[in-house]
Amino acid sequence: MKHLEDFHPGDRIELGSWTFTAEAIVDFARDFDPQPFHLDEAAGKASLFGGLAASGWHVACAWMRLWIDHQAREMAEARARGEEPPVPGPSPGFDDMRWTRPVLAGQTLSYRSTVISARASKSRPGWGLVDSLNEGFDAAGTRVFHFTSHVFVPTRP
Amino acid sequence: METRRHFEDFHVGEVIDLGSRTVERDEIVAFASRWDPQPMHLDEAAGRASMAGGLFASGWHTASLFMRMACDALLSRSASLGAPGIEHLAWKAPVRPGDTLTGRMTVREMRTSASRAGLGFLATEVVMANQRGEPVMTMRTTLMIARRAEA
Repeated sequence: MKHLEDFHPGDRIELGSWTFTAEAIVDFARDFDPQPFHLDEAAGKASLFGGLAASGWHVACAWMRLWIDHQAREMAEARARGEEPPVPGPSPGFDDMRWTRPVLAGQTLSYRSTVISARASKSRPGWGLVDSLNEGFDAAGTRVFHFTSHVFVPTRP
Repeated sequence: METRRHFEDFHVGEVIDLGSRTVERDEIVAFASRWDPQPMHLDEAAGRASMAGGLFASGWHTASLFMRMACDALLSRSASLGAPGIEHLAWKAPVRPGDTLTGRMTVREMRTSASRAGLGFLATEVVMANQRGEPVMTMRTTLMIARRAEA
């Protein structure tokens, strides 16, 4: 994690990829989104999705895990350089999350995050807000998922 | 007799009760370990040192719990066809171990699909509140619901 001043519009981070196995799709859906097209191949085939499809929240949670793993790597690198990395703040929420194509069993998505803006917070001195466009692409390079995140980041002391 | 709710069975202004759900510490930690392994969702001391002042649930956990409550209270009894996305979601207050969340969904707007006969869209407003009535998460989302076939 970096300070607010280290974020610049257009900065792009490749977050890595995530594979959605049939078993993982069903596991997530059983807990959080037990609709037939997320639980059963035949029901998925008969639905608008055309196959067993991952819950949209599953697709979003995989982004979160890859983002946290990226952040942990950055913090470890900073410590290896003898720096104490800043602790990131919370997120007030997000906008415009779109599941534009179904994510079907066996598919692998590649995720990336691009900074839209970084600005000082008016309400929280010492903090800024970073807005980013987060996207997931299928193996053919087609965007299937995106949203705009907002995260509080400390300013440089 | 088709008993599931279809597009025509909803109306603008309708408030749908999504029920209540108590969130335990173990499930907060289990969810965070898998999807959002940040210290304040895993460890009490790290939670105390954070803006929230104590261990609290990942926002994605709260969103996933909303989804489960919506499935149980509404979607499993409706001709749900999925959702194209979330227009806006706000995490308003931390969800702590032992909190009981209550969900409410209001139908803001209804329209039929121009391109797909048989498909309708419900634009909704969701509030998840804790046992003190404080909103912990709000969102605007659109549901796709099948229209009732012409007799």
